[in-house]
Amino acid sequence: MSVEPFLERLQRGPAILGDGAWGTMLFARGLPTGDAPERVCLERPELLTEIAALYLEAGAEVVTTNTFGANPERLGLHGLGPDLEEICRAAVSAVRRAVGERAWISGSIGPTGVLLSPLGSLDPSVARAGFARQAAALAAAGADLLCVETMTDLAEAELAVRAAREAAPALPVVATMSFEATRRGFFTVMGVTPAKAAARLEAAGASAVGANCGDGDTMAGIAREFRAHCALPIAVRPNAGLPTIASGALVYPETPEAMAARVPGLLEAGVALVGGCCGTTPEHVRALWEALGRKV
Amino acid sequence: MDLLNQLAEDLRLGEDDAVRAGTQAALAAGVAPGEILREGLLAGMAVVGEEFGRREIFLPDVLLAARAMQAGMEILKPHLASDGAPPAGRVVLGTVQGDLHDIGKNLVGILLRGAGWEVIDLGTDVPAARFLEAAESSGARVIGLSALLTTTMPRMAEVVALLRERGLAGRVKVVVGGAPVTQAFADEIGADGWGFDAESAVRSVKTLMESV
Repeated sequence: MSVEPFLERLQRGPAILGDGAWGTMLFARGLPTGDAPERVCLERPELLTEIAALYLEAGAEVVTTNTFGANPERLGLHGLGPDLEEICRAAVSAVRRAVGERAWISGSIGPTGVLLSPLGSLDPSVARAGFARQAAALAAAGADLLCVETMTDLAEAELAVRAAREAAPALPVVATMSFEATRRGFFTVMGVTPAKAAARLEAAGASAVGANCGDGDTMAGIAREFRAHCALPIAVRPNAGLPTIASGALVYPETPEAMAARVPGLLEAGVALVGGCCGTTPEHVRALWEALGRKV
Repeated sequence: MDLLNQLAEDLRLGEDDAVRAGTQAALAAGVAPGEILREGLLAGMAVVGEEFGRREIFLPDVLLAARAMQAGMEILKPHLASDGAPPAGRVVLGTVQGDLHDIGKNLVGILLRGAGWEVIDLGTDVPAARFLEAAESSGARVIGLSALLTTTMPRMAEVVALLRERGLAGRVKVVVGGAPVTQAFADEIGADGWGFDAESAVRSVKTLMESV
């Protein structure tokens, strides 16, 4: 599938099917709590290959790497800073072993978890250098595209997109932020609207823009706002609702059917890539696959 | 009174210099330090909390206001001791064991301090037993637990269970919050309160303090 460049398909359609959650899948396989999920790349890469195979089998055309927190700030919390390049390399290789050329590999780039100065303590140039390191490592390992995701601060999202474009100029960058519905419309917790995100992420060099890690009910509305404010393809990856605890285990309430029922609305709103975030599983991806009319 | 209204408004807008000057002016005018705290700084911070709760303002505005609050407090603090203005109460706060996220927890701390509480912040990756020790040694009646990872949420249940085991349930209340934490989850583990966001966490603490 990588034979056709990702960007051409994104622009030409039909809508691309992404994968689902990785953390949810890893924790179901006994990942210890509190440790960096990226440590799995070094110590148990076979788990990543297993999960990638499940998503491929469910119909995913894009499979994400387990590198959401593989930036110097987050890895540093766990003493893994020096392992950034090896983590990215192992993460891409593990997915490649499962998908071969049958799916595009999307190198995940999440937020640093630290507020940028002047609000917080992180120097923007330091953040940018970290994102560049991560993007370069993912590209060198063979990722087909990069996804800057779960961003709430537009300045940080722009830094990540610019750093990725510079460090890995051959790779398209999908940039998505996390919005919530308020009485005055959709905003990230930092106060960013889809309209503002659309314009500035497009200017930063993103190949596609949109939303992830949010309530599924908000996604079509957010997509329409992006549509109105930029010419780029739109990507959405909602959560499977907010988790509750049942007999000691966490349960995400949204069923694959409920998630799939939103697909027509998303397509109508112009979405070109749909996948899942927290709590979604291969079953959710399979339901999305059917809703996209891919049933054989 | 105009002085204090202006102080509250300057704090709401995050104007450090104006808050510093306004606090000094109120002191010079002979306003009681406790009144400056309550009617000026805390009144402004309360509006900030409410507006953030309704998402009429956002995280950057809250952080700027908190910074202005601190600027005012630096000037006010030496005068407060003699005035004897007591803190609203004491709260032990931390992110549960296995979880290193602290942006949300810090925000709750800022709003609690802003609302007059003394906050004992235990940081991140805090074992259940340490929450209890801190509550017992400080006499705090409320423990606030934060988690961002869905996988560390069960650690919140451990704190509640340990309080029961040690016979402290009811005397020390537990408020839980964090992105994945819901009211249903709080009920399930037997927590006393839940914060949808930082502002509602503070309201929850306030309600609980009135009941203990």
